[in-house]
Amino acid sequence: MRKSSEKPIGVIGAGSFGTVIANCLAENNKVLLYVRRAEQAAEINLSRKSSKQQLHDNVIITNNIQQVAEECEVIFPIIPSSNFREMMSQFGPYLHPYHILIHGTKGLDIQLPEGARLDDPDFKLTREHVRTMSEVITDESSVVRVGCLAGPNLAREMADKQPAATVIASRYNEVILQGQKLLRSDRFQVYGNQDITGVELCGVLKNIIAIASGALSGLGYGDNARALLISRGIVEMIYIGRAFGGNVEAFIGLAGVGDLVATCTSTLSRNFTVGYRLAKGESLPQIIESMEEVAEGVNTVKIITKLTTSANLRAPITENLHKVLFEDLPVESALNYLMKYPLNVDIDFL
Amino acid sequence: MENKNSYTKPIVKPNTKKVYEPILAGSDEWPVVKLAKNRKNFIEEVIQASHSKISELTISPQALLDEVELTMYKERLRIKQNPWLVDPDDELPFWNKIRSQLIALSRAEDYDEEVVKDLLEQIVSRYANEIAGNFKPSSYRFARTVANFGFSRLLNASRLGFKSIFSNQLTMQDKIHIVGETEQMRELSKIGTVVVVPTHFSNLDSILIGWVINTMGLPPFIYGAGLNLFNIGIFAYFMNSLGAYKVDRRKKNLIYLETLKTYSRLAIKNGCHSLFFPGGTRSRSGMIESKLKLGLLGSAMEAQREIYEENGNRKIFIVPVVLNYHFVLEAPALINEHLKQEGQERYYVEKDEYSGSYKILTFLLKFFTKGSDISVSIGKGMDMLGNPVDMQGNSLDKHGKIIDTKDYFLSSGKVQKDKQREQEYTDNLGRVIVKEFHRISRVFSSHLVAYAAFSILRKKHKRLDLYSFLRLPVEELIIPYDQFRDAFFKLREELFRQYENGICDLAPHLTEDLDEVIAHGLSNVGMYHAKRPLVKNKDGDLVSEDLNLLYYYRNRLEGYDLEKII
Repeated sequence: MRKSSEKPIGVIGAGSFGTVIANCLAENNKVLLYVRRAEQAAEINLSRKSSKQQLHDNVIITNNIQQVAEECEVIFPIIPSSNFREMMSQFGPYLHPYHILIHGTKGLDIQLPEGARLDDPDFKLTREHVRTMSEVITDESSVVRVGCLAGPNLAREMADKQPAATVIASRYNEVILQGQKLLRSDRFQVYGNQDITGVELCGVLKNIIAIASGALSGLGYGDNARALLISRGIVEMIYIGRAFGGNVEAFIGLAGVGDLVATCTSTLSRNFTVGYRLAKGESLPQIIESMEEVAEGVNTVKIITKLTTSANLRAPITENLHKVLFEDLPVESALNYLMKYPLNVDIDFL
Repeated sequence: MENKNSYTKPIVKPNTKKVYEPILAGSDEWPVVKLAKNRKNFIEEVIQASHSKISELTISPQALLDEVELTMYKERLRIKQNPWLVDPDDELPFWNKIRSQLIALSRAEDYDEEVVKDLLEQIVSRYANEIAGNFKPSSYRFARTVANFGFSRLLNASRLGFKSIFSNQLTMQDKIHIVGETEQMRELSKIGTVVVVPTHFSNLDSILIGWVINTMGLPPFIYGAGLNLFNIGIFAYFMNSLGAYKVDRRKKNLIYLETLKTYSRLAIKNGCHSLFFPGGTRSRSGMIESKLKLGLLGSAMEAQREIYEENGNRKIFIVPVVLNYHFVLEAPALINEHLKQEGQERYYVEKDEYSGSYKILTFLLKFFTKGSDISVSIGKGMDMLGNPVDMQGNSLDKHGKIIDTKDYFLSSGKVQKDKQREQEYTDNLGRVIVKEFHRISRVFSSHLVAYAAFSILRKKHKRLDLYSFLRLPVEELIIPYDQFRDAFFKLREELFRQYENGICDLAPHLTEDLDEVIAHGLSNVGMYHAKRPLVKNKDGDLVSEDLNLLYYYRNRLEGYDLEKII
């Protein structure tokens, strides 16, 4: 075993992606995998199986978050965005400015002012209320060396050790280099990017388009329709992304187009599945109820729709998806609307 | 109802009688004196450190040679094209000598690396000696006494009548108010090294800051003063005696800049409290700096890391300071330069204004005999990462937990140099400083009258671009008093709201009766300019005699999101 770091590497969250990353890291390092619930931790420890994956021998399960902060210098938090702030507020007091945190969560956090509600039409949601995961990390701890992991990384394929690549984005070169050193292998390529906000937004926004793509499949449409959606989808992502602090470049890279193509075409994607089942006539509560893990895209649609309408931006795909998800618009009607949408410029942002 | 103030947070009035005990009794203890005593050794240290830094930056010997050649070329050009009074006579001979050595080198079959290093050494040594300040405690005390005594006499005589010329009833502190975190700054200067970063509006800033530092009982700070200031006799005298080192903005070559940064870095490492104007030069537009020049802050960052690397734990503290004026002597020239830079060919300047010693003296005389007070706001101290620090110098995170600044420089448990990381830290520090500038900046009545008047006129002529607008004839620049009063009221209400939320600071005079505040503002805004930015005409309405100046004083309130009010 090649030892690239003396200290163990921390992973927070034993969902399917967290487990895959823990196993990847374990090829060259000791890994501390934090599981929040004690019973679950004991169970995984006993079976050596997490999210249906066999754990690498180098992975040690822990239920003690303080231990992770004390023993590890590099930590990968990979948990759903809805629990992210709570986890960070518990974790924060144990962290120091020398820690490196590289998260793999593709969702957003909102911090509303007192009394404000997202469904209040008079309330204007702005960028200040919406925090990316890296911003949650710096809000809740003294950590500055923050990075994020994004790209076409379907957990099942990675678990099967198929070839893949990812992007690590950070304003700090050392974070990118650390991440590359830890994750790179014969089957896994790791690219670097300085635009962390752009890359985070790629990962977040592509989930919206993935739901729409699933819906198209559910309606029985083929590849022309999907190609149309993907190419218009990336345009919409770029518009929104630029308005909220990302650069165009990130979107045409692996974390943008790359991840978009993977999630829009794969039945393994949770967000794709939500759209697919919607088109097949199931209701959103039914679908959510029966899923094992969170489809981040659903919440993202809610936040981004509010954000774009507050800022008077046009985001036709997101807005129509919002109507389908939360306002009972049939998928067919949304599609009809989009097909008639008066758009005739292909690309006007380059 | 109109005059009811809607704020509840009390507005701090300065304590003008406050006497600050000196922190270090004898001048022998002052870090700057220790440095001056070791001047020769210190310069030697600077030369060695600059030399190795430059060698490190220029990867190969060939690149170093190129740099030396480029420097020689630029310097000869500067001497020819932009000579200054202060330039020493031996400049041209020195660079001619470097040139002939370079020519000899290029003729040699294979050049010797040692020769290039020697050339570098000669240049660095020249620069280091030029930059180095020459602090003398005796002339420092002399300058201080003269300034304090002279100004106090003037002040008492002019305000209380000639009989009071020897009265001590009024002191400089009645004229120049020091507000904010003064006690903390004093405490921090005992624990660590303080780097003061003020806003920069006027050439008088450095003298003013020097006085503030002295009044607060702090030992003298060293600072880089523009070499152009040494062109003006009265400034040269003050600068030389106040511990200034010289910064020549004409020299933009790598060797000079690195030597300069090394000088500052080593002085900070030696515990010398320092002062930089992080905006680089005076604000041309009249706006509070929003983009900082990070070079010298970067050197302070390096100094902090090196202290930790060498197992020290002395902390460097950044203290932002904002200087608030009703009147800026050089405003007409500054705003002209700003408009010229921004507008290029659309704008023509008719004449340039130059501040000589005479002009400055007459200004000082007016300043002490008429109204127009100045206030100096001392901001919250912070560490090199922009974290706030408490009275003991501990860095605090957002939740009030103490953090060890050293941890920011650690990798795998060791302090490690990482240029890119430190660059990010410096950028971040710059952003925090700018935010603190806006928070502690005191809004004066004069700023607000200028803002209100300009906004009304600008809105009336919103179809014109800025440059056409600024050339409007006087007849177009009349504002009915009632309209003005209404706008002023709304703006003030918004500022009260921002003050409550800790976004800006307000001068106490701003809370008076509305018409009185307006009158106060009108009598103070740019009060000594030949053409006044804003005056009342015989009908009681307002008119601008110089729209450029109105624009300049209005810009002080840029960045507070007031556009939406009018």
